[in-house]
Amino acid sequence: MKIKILGSGCSKCKALTENTQAALTHLGLEAEIIKVTDFAEIAAHGVMSTPALAVDDKIVSVGKVLQSSEIEKLLR
Amino acid sequence: MGIFEWLNNQLLKMEWLFWLVRVLVEDVLGLSMATATGASVHFFIYDVIKIFILLAVLIFTVSWVQSYFPPERTRKILGTMKGFKANLAGALMGTITPFCSCSSIPLFIGFTSSGLPLGVTFSFLISSPLVDLASVILLASIFNWSIAIAYVVVGLVLAVIGGTIISRANMTRHVESFVLHSPVLDIPQVELTRKDRFDYSTAQVADIFKRVWLYVLIGVGIGAVIHNWLPESWITTVLGQDNWWSVLVATLIGVPMYADIFGTLPIAEALVGKGVGLGTALAFMMAVTALSLPSLIMLKKVIKMPLLVLFIGIVVCGIVIIGLVFNAFAYLLI
Repeated sequence: MKIKILGSGCSKCKALTENTQAALTHLGLEAEIIKVTDFAEIAAHGVMSTPALAVDDKIVSVGKVLQSSEIEKLLR
Repeated sequence: MGIFEWLNNQLLKMEWLFWLVRVLVEDVLGLSMATATGASVHFFIYDVIKIFILLAVLIFTVSWVQSYFPPERTRKILGTMKGFKANLAGALMGTITPFCSCSSIPLFIGFTSSGLPLGVTFSFLISSPLVDLASVILLASIFNWSIAIAYVVVGLVLAVIGGTIISRANMTRHVESFVLHSPVLDIPQVELTRKDRFDYSTAQVADIFKRVWLYVLIGVGIGAVIHNWLPESWITTVLGQDNWWSVLVATLIGVPMYADIFGTLPIAEALVGKGVGLGTALAFMMAVTALSLPSLIMLKKVIKMPLLVLFIGIVVCGIVIIGLVFNAFAYLLI
């Protein structure tokens, strides 16, 4: 599984990354977390509000710091 | 005194706080308000507390309204309109969007790639940092309601005219091509609960607080120095009302600076107190908030030089004209 966190490095992106990590650990899943900070690349995903979360290149959430429980639901 | 005036003085201008801080400065710290030290300490404490209270309340309120207009929805609404109406709507929607310029670039890309006219997007981009509910209330608190309303009106006019000129200038070829070819993501909108909006708004307050508190302290600090230490003659020599070019100087100083309206207002307040024209102070404030070096560098990544220059030119000219008009008609507003 490949997970992308999209955002230009604000504090919200950091929080989202941490929550994602927590969700993965809790579910006992292995995944690669990639941080996408480049505007062009963020835009290439069609994202307007950051932070956004993509699982296997599919955007699942935009403009929100999801709680780890919410992320778990998306990962299952 | 009417009830409205009383509410206005207590809630917006916070006269109670003024007196409270005065007691603190005179009786606890033992400083006289007649001395420059006492007066600047008072200015600093009073302004910092006032701005922080207003900031928390206002950002919470604005974020609540904003939670009804995520960018995806804004884009959809703007897409249904055409011409002048679309520019006006773009400018109006700009007033209820996030305060941070860092979020405006993804918005720019998202709007443009979905086929919104460039001019509409620029109307939005110009008004977004310039005019928002928070700045209006702050202006009303520090100056008065007629100035606050006049500020909103001219800010919106600038955004609409700026966007319209960019529409006419046929500038689409000066947008970086990846912007035009970005995919349009259509995520189903989840309906937010009241708790979601509450959480979002509190998170926004915390987030913006963290980002701007230092600018507020610096801004109020500079304001306190101007207020009580700089001789009036120095300031009026450079920025006085007799010099027509004072507006130009204030604008050019303000453009590269990065701060937000919360940090700039106390400086504008102190300048006006020292006899600087209202238009000059407002021009400085608008220049600081509308344009800054960091945001221009980011914008350069998505648009090419001719469009960037046109954008800067329109905004700078607009601000200078607004400053001159305000200086000329300030007597109607104060």
